Amino acid sequence: MMSHIVIDESKCKGCYLCIDECPKKLLKIGEKVNNLGVRLVEFDDPNHECLGCAMCATRCPDLAIKEVYKG
Amino acid sequence: MTECLTKTNKKILTKGNYAIANAAIIAGCECYFGYPITPQSEIGEFMSGKMQELKRAYVSAESELAAINMVLGACSTGAKAMTSSSSCAVALMQEALSYAASDELPIVLVSVMRGGPGLGNIYPSQGDYNQATIGGGDGDYKLIALAPATVQECVDLTYKAFYLAHKYKNPTVILADGLLGQMMEPVEFGEYPYPEVDNSGWALTGAKGRSARVIRSYAPSADNQCEFLNRLHAKYKMIEHNETQWEEINTEDADIILVSFGSPARNAKSAMKECRKLGLKVGILRPITLFPFPSKRISELANTAKKFISVEINMGQMIRDIKLAVNGKVPVELINRPVGNPPSVDEIVERIIKESEE
Amino acid sequence: MTNTLTQIFKIPDSIKKGAKFSFCPGCDHGVAVRLVAEVLDELGLRENTIAVASIGCSVTLYDFLEVDSLEAPHGRALAEATGIKRARPDKFVFTYQGDGDFASIGMAESMHSALRGENVTAICINNTTYGMTGGQLGPTTLLGQVTTTSPTGRNVEYYGYPIKITEHIALCDGTAYAARVSLDTVPNIRKAKAAIKKAFEIQMKGLGFSFVEILATCPTNWKKTPQQAHQRVREEMMPVFKPGVYKDITANN
Repeated sequence: MMSHIVIDESKCKGCYLCIDECPKKLLKIGEKVNNLGVRLVEFDDPNHECLGCAMCATRCPDLAIKEVYKG
Repeated sequence: MTECLTKTNKKILTKGNYAIANAAIIAGCECYFGYPITPQSEIGEFMSGKMQELKRAYVSAESELAAINMVLGACSTGAKAMTSSSSCAVALMQEALSYAASDELPIVLVSVMRGGPGLGNIYPSQGDYNQATIGGGDGDYKLIALAPATVQECVDLTYKAFYLAHKYKNPTVILADGLLGQMMEPVEFGEYPYPEVDNSGWALTGAKGRSARVIRSYAPSADNQCEFLNRLHAKYKMIEHNETQWEEINTEDADIILVSFGSPARNAKSAMKECRKLGLKVGILRPITLFPFPSKRISELANTAKKFISVEINMGQMIRDIKLAVNGKVPVELINRPVGNPPSVDEIVERIIKESEE
Repeated sequence: MTNTLTQIFKIPDSIKKGAKFSFCPGCDHGVAVRLVAEVLDELGLRENTIAVASIGCSVTLYDFLEVDSLEAPHGRALAEATGIKRARPDKFVFTYQGDGDFASIGMAESMHSALRGENVTAICINNTTYGMTGGQLGPTTLLGQVTTTSPTGRNVEYYGYPIKITEHIALCDGTAYAARVSLDTVPNIRKAKAAIKKAFEIQMKGLGFSFVEILATCPTNWKKTPQQAHQRVREEMMPVFKPGVYKDITANN
């Protein structure tokens, strides 16, 4: 089972603070836009590098990164 | 000061301020928060000792603002809580009164009026009739305002203030004056005569086994605020319907009706009796609740009386409510003293004779 | 690689179900509210808590926490908290205030609650401005800081000096715990949570007034990106408002 995060797309306001926090650089600004008009943060971990460290969720001011799992 | 009054059916000679304080104790007041100001300081002095003796809450607050906001806090938990103050310091409390009205919190405020405006002086006054009945806080709200005229009524209306405040979840003020606060009369305390009101449906107790409760006034939606204000004012109508209280003597056949509340009503009553001896048809109506004001009764009496005279210790404040009730049917005159002792009996009689000749 | 997954982050139970913060993007208020909720969860306090919200951006606290709450008039939160705690000493009581509410209009209530040693906790968000009203000069606005009411920057001649809140609160004899923390980095967020937890525990033990000042951002009114805003906290605020524990009566010496 891989470490991963769950993003609540309705809550992301596009502050992108999480992007800088990820030690593995797995977060980026995606193409998808939510109903706040925000280009959503995207979790992209093709090589299963996520550490489950929750730095991103700790930083997120809007509870948009709502779950973090460590494998 | 350290005299400790107790629950008793025997008559005791005491000051209005002590009567109010001891009645609050008997009414089950759980919290007193206050800041000193003449002429009501005896209330805080008495409470400081008595509340500690009874292991109830007492704080010498850093200001009147803090004191009344502590009362708001305590009342949000459903507790019986009060503060007491006077005129220029009650002015400081207006913001919290507006919040309490909006939050529908059962706070009890004792306002023992002194001379104003500004720092004024420590003589008796009724200069805060408008402050109590119209209010100095923001928005459309009402306080229930009770006006004792005797030391016994200081007791009775303190009991009533706690009851009405909790029954209607509405801030309630006992509007006394410096004369009443300092005056000694025999009183009987008896038992608290009202049922306990159940606050469990709204009080903040911690969200255990239910969803969280919020007591707030912030209303970002105009629609919600319209709905709230309509409901609030429906409550005021109900209070008006249920709780308007006044004393009325010799009004049935009266040509002249004196209207007076608080300590000047005592001289007005004596003057009325003197005038009756002189064959003048004079009656008196004494509002006991200032909000709700006995407007309906005054309006009825305006059909039979030829004149109303308001007797007040101010420049004429209650007279406005009398005029609104009379609605132009007959003249409304004023006998006043701007500040200090009430107009004397002789002064009132003399003026009535003059008015009845006109 | 193990076969099991451990959930190491979730939305705290003390946050209302489905709550969405109404703060501006990147605002640290959201982090602060979440930390409070996490600590309420961890200490099992939610069902016994009465929170006092204040005026400003902090007023919305009661929209997000599944906790009984009273809204205090501007500056009066600690008077309300005093009334609640004195009436119901068995309840857990905390305030959540901004720097303007706590240290400008409410300075008397704040200081006197600390002096009386009221057994309540105050959380104060210091973002050096009045945020909700559009970024005016407040009690903690730094010298030189441009706000809508200090258009050429805070100067001493017109405005005097900013207040170091925690230092003042720590001087009060009734204060049991006073700490200043920052939310500029994840390690500092963790320290902030530890301070909130400590403050809450102090109240649970009945030791007196506990206080946490949280250095936070206001990207909107500072006209900075959330990233630049944290940089400002580090480079401009923290040298003046130094993080640390200023008083802890439970510490060994």
